[in-house]
Amino acid sequence: MTAGRTPGVRPRALVWRRRRASAARFWRRYRAHRAGLLGLATLALFALLALAAPLLVGSDVADVTDAPGSPLEGPGAGLPLGADRFGRNLLGLVIWGARVSLLVGLLAAVLSVTIGTVIGVTAGHFGGWYATVLMRITDWFLVMPTLVLAIALATVMSRSLLTIVVAIGVTTWPTTARLVRAQTLAVEARPYIERARALGGGHWHIMSRHVLPNVTPLVLAQTTLIVSSAILAEATLAFLGLGDPTVVSWGGLLQDAREAGAVSAGHWWYLVPPGVAIAVVALSFTLCGRAVESVLDPRLGVSR
Amino acid sequence: MTADATSASVGGRLTTAYPRHVAGKVAGAAVSLLAVLVTGFFLFRMIPGDPVRFMTGGRPVSAGQLATYRAEFGLDLPLWQQFTDYCGKALTGDLGTSYQFNAPVVDKITEALPNTLLLTGTAFVIYTVLGILLGTRSAWRHGRLGDRLNTGLALVLYSLPSFWLGLLLIVTLSVGIGPLPGLFPTGGMESGGKEGLAYAVDVAHHLVLPVVTLVAVEYGQTLLVTRSALLDEMGSDYLTTARAKGLRDDLVRRRHALPNALLPTVTLIFINLGRTVAGVILVETVFSWPGLGGLFYQALSVPDLPLVQGLFLVFAAAVILMNTLADLIYPLFDPRVGR
Amino acid sequence: MTLLDVRGLTVTYPGGANAVRGVDLRLDAGRKLGVAGESGCGKSTLALALLRLLPAGTRVGGEILLDGEDVLAMKWGRVRAVRWAGASIVFQGAMHSLNPVRRVGDQIAEPVLLHRRATPAGARRRTGELLEQVGLPAARGSAYPHELSGGQRQRVMIAMALACGPRLIVADEPTTALDVMIQAQILRLIERLVTDQDVGLIMISHDLAVLAGTCDRLAVMYAGRVVEEGPARQVYEAARHPYARALSAAFPRIGDPASRFAPRGLPGDPPDPSALPSGCAFHPRCPVVLDSCAVQDQALRPAGPHRHAACVRVTPEPSDPGEPGYPPPATSDGPGSPRSTPAEGPGSPPQLTMTRGPMPGAGATPGEPGPQPGAAAEGPGTRRHAGADGPGAEAGGTGGGVEEGFRRP
Repeated sequence: MTAGRTPGVRPRALVWRRRRASAARFWRRYRAHRAGLLGLATLALFALLALAAPLLVGSDVADVTDAPGSPLEGPGAGLPLGADRFGRNLLGLVIWGARVSLLVGLLAAVLSVTIGTVIGVTAGHFGGWYATVLMRITDWFLVMPTLVLAIALATVMSRSLLTIVVAIGVTTWPTTARLVRAQTLAVEARPYIERARALGGGHWHIMSRHVLPNVTPLVLAQTTLIVSSAILAEATLAFLGLGDPTVVSWGGLLQDAREAGAVSAGHWWYLVPPGVAIAVVALSFTLCGRAVESVLDPRLGVSR
Repeated sequence: MTADATSASVGGRLTTAYPRHVAGKVAGAAVSLLAVLVTGFFLFRMIPGDPVRFMTGGRPVSAGQLATYRAEFGLDLPLWQQFTDYCGKALTGDLGTSYQFNAPVVDKITEALPNTLLLTGTAFVIYTVLGILLGTRSAWRHGRLGDRLNTGLALVLYSLPSFWLGLLLIVTLSVGIGPLPGLFPTGGMESGGKEGLAYAVDVAHHLVLPVVTLVAVEYGQTLLVTRSALLDEMGSDYLTTARAKGLRDDLVRRRHALPNALLPTVTLIFINLGRTVAGVILVETVFSWPGLGGLFYQALSVPDLPLVQGLFLVFAAAVILMNTLADLIYPLFDPRVGR
Repeated sequence: MTLLDVRGLTVTYPGGANAVRGVDLRLDAGRKLGVAGESGCGKSTLALALLRLLPAGTRVGGEILLDGEDVLAMKWGRVRAVRWAGASIVFQGAMHSLNPVRRVGDQIAEPVLLHRRATPAGARRRTGELLEQVGLPAARGSAYPHELSGGQRQRVMIAMALACGPRLIVADEPTTALDVMIQAQILRLIERLVTDQDVGLIMISHDLAVLAGTCDRLAVMYAGRVVEEGPARQVYEAARHPYARALSAAFPRIGDPASRFAPRGLPGDPPDPSALPSGCAFHPRCPVVLDSCAVQDQALRPAGPHRHAACVRVTPEPSDPGEPGYPPPATSDGPGSPRSTPAEGPGSPPQLTMTRGPMPGAGATPGEPGPQPGAAAEGPGTRRHAGADGPGAEAGGTGGGVEEGFRRP
């Protein structure tokens, strides 16, 4: 590739132009995956619902006093999905619960991916005993049943959203770390890294300016996949009673349902909506993640 | 890599390299187990404040009882001594006393273990076989409708929360909605009072829904992994050689592609056991199955710290051991590894 | 009786790429044909097409007559029976062409069990025989592919190809990625087996020197077509088609001062089979291109006795004696096929090919004695130096063949 000197164009502008072009290319290729588009559209819908929730239903939907319906009432006029154990509008609760479930899932995934990326890049870059120790730890985590660890963590910490985020984030970073480290090693083997060093590029420079941009697409694919399992994990922890009881979330709704005996009473309308919401969002993230992976690694296209 | 076959592995027979492989894996497992022990120790010392108060919080407990618990936890001892005590006890099989059951943790565990093994073992066999069969079929029919349906269904079921699926199955098939009758028990392992064959049938009856739930959420992973491995394998050159020799296509796939594709598949199945453990915990909770998962749930709500800690150790150790087992067996099937 | 007669073979991949665009070849039992060309010219596709091993959805046209039977018209049952028993392939890249988790002995025995319906004991015996024929101890059969060296794996592939006593062997790049010494051994092995068992051999390679040293006739392919074919030595030393010339000139001839300064190599890359240039596919890279080349495609035209080249600049020598009309697009024909006499003349460069010792000096190579039915004496063609070009220059010689003196013990 010839690097002609275009007069008057700053190098930074050039870099951003190129990045925009490759992002456009990425989007074009992503568009070819129908499943990925479906997932993206669904997620957009849910995000919209979650953001618009204060307008649509308002926080008083969670108010136990002054509830519109009687406990465990079935679907009917004014209550399209029936009422929960306290008589609150279930549809409103599901929409309101989207905020927490999505937020916790996203935060946990971001935490997980951040830890994983930092550890992966530094382990790949610095190497030595530091990397060896970290990789042993990573391998250990990969064998551990992460949910068990998350449950144990959530048990000993206080019942709050932060606990859930931390519990999930701290137990799921190893997958990302492994992939990022492999990619870092691949990137650092390229000749221009050597040149960057010769020109005086320090550790920070190489890691942030060279390795990180090359690692970002991989991280993006991982993030979407991890959000999917984070949302399921959040629902699981809430269902097990380890979540914040004052907050409405989909997992919490299912726990309420079970405790209130909706199962033995056959109140399927209480059980179905929160679970469908969880499943649909988790599935959408999975589909997006798979589509991103296919775009990044065309060879995977065959086995998708 | 290997220029000429060395005398150490002539003809691919197991020789001196394999014991070294075994030793390496066993040592690795030992380190992992030690790490689990350490994690377990510090995990339950992370509690801000007094763990005993945390455990008994809100319940009327006499000062004498509190003192007993503290002594049992060894909280009055220096930390390092607590750790050595804890390790020593764990290695000799003493995992403390359960707070809510007032019985040794180990006893509660051994009581619940067979039930979990029954559920997990049955489900594991079914979802593995099902996943491999469907994954193989899907790969053969790659790109066609059958493949896409299979893959789509697997993805959907994989995204379901296992506990939710269990609840739905209970509502529809146990309690029965509308005209549907309740076909299966709503929970537990047995309906009591039966002996011998009738007992076995009763247990089997109770086993159906939990197993179906577990299989439904886990088979998808096996299917996807098998399918992916097979599709990767199907692009290999040695399959062209096999076809050139005059083998029928289905023989080429069965005899050459499939065995090679199953090698990474089996490995991945074992690595995913962690997820299976999570599924087991949830399914046992939802179906009130008297296994380790159900015990775990009961312990969480108290929280019964000794029991939680003990179960944590058991779960983690089980997965590590299964993975080590897989590592040890793998070279017997793949001559390129560990010999 | 012609062992293999390929007529008008065309192969189009599902994506629309025209990998082979009308190829004619002939081969007799006991003869060796070399197919040369760069990557992407369609030679491996040709090999796979012979046994209908191309992926589903590939359109194959023309005829492939193997011992008189058209492979392309056979029912699948017959195709499977012919595969390996009638014709077999030695694939390139033996590491990937062998099943990595099965013992090589089992893989050699597999076609024996399939085609000859042998008992397992009989198959084991045959495997042992085959391994010894290729110079490996029979005990090697219990090894896995990754436990063997590259040369040993290639021998295993050869043993496997011979398993069912085929009449035709296609060797696709059999010595690529092997050390030079091993390469020499493998080539000698192939030659010996081919002669001993009277099988026809098609050797595919990008290495013109290797082919020239081993084969009777040579066909050079470019963009899915044969652009030149004729006796191996002649095509190698004095190619008529510009591409064949460039290909042959790309190989250094040690000891020839002139070749060090001759222009070597061609700019550009071989064309994409799904987007071929108009007219002659070679015209964008041709050093002697004419305007008409971009418009009009070239068919093979006679370029000497039993030689053809597909270039507009190739004109048959006016004094080409007595060839009956258009000679069939041919490899050698008939038994006792005429051998060539070497090009003689001053300044003939000693040629060091990769697999043979230095050739005896200028003019000293004895011709192969033997009947030369209907063959004319050498044409008056001027001698050509390696690397020199120019239309109309041709080496003399009739038929194809390998000089006796060229064989090294």
